[in-house]
Amino acid sequence: MSWTLIALLLLPLVGSVVVAFLRGNDRTAKFVALGFSLVELALAVVAWVAYDPSSSARLQLTSSAEWIPTFGVHLSFGVDGIALVMIALIAFLMPVVIGGAWSDKLPEGRSASGFFSLLLAMQTGMVGVFAATDVFVFYVFFEAVLVPMYFLIGRFGGPNRQYAAMKFFLYSLLGGLIMLASVIGLYVTSADKLGQGTLDWATLVTVMKDAPTSTQIWLFLGFFIAFAIKAPLVPLHTWLPDAGAEAPVGAGVLLVGILDKIGTFGFLRYCLPLFPAASKELAPVVLSLAVVGIIYGSLLAVGQTDMKRFVAYTSIAHFGFIALGIFAFSSQAGTGAVLYMVNHGISTGMLFLVVGMVMSRGGSRLIQDYGGMAKLTPVLGGLFFVAGLSSLALPGTNSFVSEFLVLIGSYPNQPVFTIVSTLGMVLAALYVLWVYQRVFQGPVRGTALLSVAGGPGTAKDPERSGIKDLDKREIAVLAPLVALILVLGFYPKPVLDVITPSIGATLSEVGVTDPVAQEGK
Amino acid sequence: MKFLAQIQPIDPPEILYGAIAPVLIVLGAACVAVLFEAFLPKHQRWAAQVVLTMLALVAAGGALGIYAAGEDNKPQGVTTLSEAIAVDRPVIFLWVTLLLLAFGSVLLIADRSVEPGGAFVADAAVRPGTVQDRAQASRTGMQTEVFPLTLFALSGMMVFVAANDLLTMFIALEVLSLPLYLMCGLARRRRLLSQEAAVKYFLLGAFASAFFLYGLALLYGYAGSVKLADIATATAGSDKSDTLLFAGFGLLVVGLLFKASVGPFHAWTPDVYQGAPTPITAFMAACTKVAAFGGILRVLTVAFERTNWEWRGVLWGVAVASMVIGAVLGLTQTDVKRMVAYSSVAHAGFLLIGSISLTEQGLSGTLFYLLAYGFTTIAVFGVISLVRNADGEATHLSQWAGLAKRSPVLAGVFTFLLLALAGIPLTSGFVGKFVVFAAAIEDGLAPLVVVALVASAVAAFFYLRVIVLMYFSEPAPDGPTVTVPGAFTTVAITLGAAITLVLGVWPSFALDWAGAGGFIF
Repeated sequence: MSWTLIALLLLPLVGSVVVAFLRGNDRTAKFVALGFSLVELALAVVAWVAYDPSSSARLQLTSSAEWIPTFGVHLSFGVDGIALVMIALIAFLMPVVIGGAWSDKLPEGRSASGFFSLLLAMQTGMVGVFAATDVFVFYVFFEAVLVPMYFLIGRFGGPNRQYAAMKFFLYSLLGGLIMLASVIGLYVTSADKLGQGTLDWATLVTVMKDAPTSTQIWLFLGFFIAFAIKAPLVPLHTWLPDAGAEAPVGAGVLLVGILDKIGTFGFLRYCLPLFPAASKELAPVVLSLAVVGIIYGSLLAVGQTDMKRFVAYTSIAHFGFIALGIFAFSSQAGTGAVLYMVNHGISTGMLFLVVGMVMSRGGSRLIQDYGGMAKLTPVLGGLFFVAGLSSLALPGTNSFVSEFLVLIGSYPNQPVFTIVSTLGMVLAALYVLWVYQRVFQGPVRGTALLSVAGGPGTAKDPERSGIKDLDKREIAVLAPLVALILVLGFYPKPVLDVITPSIGATLSEVGVTDPVAQEGK
Repeated sequence: MKFLAQIQPIDPPEILYGAIAPVLIVLGAACVAVLFEAFLPKHQRWAAQVVLTMLALVAAGGALGIYAAGEDNKPQGVTTLSEAIAVDRPVIFLWVTLLLLAFGSVLLIADRSVEPGGAFVADAAVRPGTVQDRAQASRTGMQTEVFPLTLFALSGMMVFVAANDLLTMFIALEVLSLPLYLMCGLARRRRLLSQEAAVKYFLLGAFASAFFLYGLALLYGYAGSVKLADIATATAGSDKSDTLLFAGFGLLVVGLLFKASVGPFHAWTPDVYQGAPTPITAFMAACTKVAAFGGILRVLTVAFERTNWEWRGVLWGVAVASMVIGAVLGLTQTDVKRMVAYSSVAHAGFLLIGSISLTEQGLSGTLFYLLAYGFTTIAVFGVISLVRNADGEATHLSQWAGLAKRSPVLAGVFTFLLLALAGIPLTSGFVGKFVVFAAAIEDGLAPLVVVALVASAVAAFFYLRVIVLMYFSEPAPDGPTVTVPGAFTTVAITLGAAITLVLGVWPSFALDWAGAGGFIF
């Protein structure tokens, strides 16, 4: 019985309640929220240290208590390397998000304590999703996390927030309900086989191993659709640009940085080990969707006029790479995919934050309203560029390692899909650099900058313009992200060491071996 | 005098008073309540009736508790009154459910603080729209006959779920229906709408009763008996025509489905839910549903299990129709009471899925669902009764805009209840869906479950729409006010919401209890 995960789960919830009661005292609420998120980060470090990658135990830091005996449901938690890095990412991003949203202008009549309370509530939900080792508990968190996100978008979002919040919730709920059918299917299958039904993940893996392929395919589809909506894979992606664009910046970072990863995490934790035969059978379909997503997401990202939608579409392309790495069934590609999940959280999270900082200065989301902004705000321009380079996977940044691992690991098994995907790298360079050029390079132009600056003449003189460069708080928020981008770009080993054994275990559950994995052992 | 000697001495049937004491107490209290109406002066009646009704419910619950506690060493149940009444585990569960739900409804009925004088008309005999009517609108008295009527209806429901032969069932059906018809017409405000609802309910209900009675006659022709057990025996092998059996079954089931407001026999539901005084709607929606499904479960399981191969396809279609009608038509509603009515039609479809599973899990799942749904519904109508403007309840959805700003607690509770209706985890609605769908998949009804899940997702849209209105819209300047509820309504809403939460987080107790045993006949 390990209490680390339980503490990780409960702490933000307590924080959420405390912050909610600080209504009308926004300043205290912010500090309390930040305090809770920092303690949570410390706890995550404790969990990271306590986790032993070389141990043969598939799940560690486990704890379990009976919940609904009638259905054999246990309130059980535990992590493998994949879940651990995701929980660490959540704990890392949360203080950043809180710092980033520190002085956000909220819609009229909304209080900051409500906003931060919802953020902390989200954190509990997200940790729960990754830490649950009982399928029922996983499902509960999977759905429960929708509620705070729904309110974050709907109450604190942009002008079209009602529509976006509704779309987000309905898409996810539909996916969740389809998954519920499969969860029940798993329960019934295990009841047939064991007499008493169970939803314990580890038991189900052994039960499902020799279930007939047709059963596996049906159950796989239920999970897959839910995760493909979350991830999101084309053609189930249309909610993300709306939700991403309308969400307040902090919630947007969590949405694309963490929440969407539930989908790819779900592929790895549930689709592959529980339905090995179906996964192999349907891999070509998934890979096709992944590659279509890479190309289609990249092309649409090139064509975006709205910066937040742009970030959302780049994410769709990146999720294509992650799905490619997962369903290529090699340990390199799988490890790369998990590392990609972490790196995407960092680089896209940062991209979202800098876009938010641009918007808070210009007051517009449209690219055409900006131009030559680097003259006014050189530091912001530079950091935007760093986030962009990380997003396009320039060597030396974190994303390069993961993208390279995914491509090199996928090639032996899936040469055609891999070759087509490399086109996505070229397009990535195009969309990132083009946006950077339009917003930051050239002469100062665009209604957002000029109207604030007070006219064409004044704007060229940074001293006299109304637009200020990053303040200390903003730099402090972005600094850890830049540091991680560079550290993981040059020395990803600590993270890879945690991920690799779990990917090996996952692949052996699928029944795939590749030479690289065996050498590694 | 000679013929007297020829008459065989009649053996009076044995009566187990202990088993049927709860029904007798409720019926007895109803009779006393009628005497109160006759002999007490008008100003004393309300207090006397409330005390009597509450005492009767508590005493009936106590009698049931004593019986159930002493039953441990006895068999799974008994039949009494010449096998006309069966008191077995499901009946005890349903009786407890009915008594609890009736208690909640009576709290709403008794409330006089929300609407001065209560939700009921002071003098039902005055024609609406006349001078006298305007005079009575300002009087604070109410027709206290509603209390004995409630008790009569409740006793009918209790007998209905315990009836072991069709004739008893028919009489119970009438005993439960006739008071309801009357109670629907007693609204203090919008009297014409209320009276129209009563007439509509009465006419359609009379038709349904006729169907039931005709079916009963045909089945008597087939089996030569009205006892459920004898019909079951006859279906095993009878030389009578199967036409009699199936025509009889069809007509009988139409009568039952009407009461349960299963689509396409739901036409009365929205009008009656909207027109009836809200406390009566709560009583109807919660208790009638429990009684009707209790009856359906018993009839299908006891009498027709052997022929399920023939009729299951039909009820399969009915369940689909009900879910689709409820979910799709619910989308177009603009009145919150009508919306909840269509939601109840969709829920009836889910309940029917559990009822036609015909397994132990199906039975216990449906029973649990009834308990969960009943309490959520009572709390929902309790909240609805609080949102008012000068004309009484403000049930048009547009009037609910921005309610969260005016009354955050009320909006929070209502959101929770709506999420429960939508089946989000950690609410009783989710556990109810889970158990019912698990039973259905286990029994090979997987396609039906998929339809149900899609219907749930569609239905979630209109629940969410209310949440959107309450939280994300600006309140209208002349919008309704939220009345501070008196003690009775507060208790009713708290009870409903608390049980919704408890059954969602810790359902084991109720699940075990619902699964304690099957029908005895």
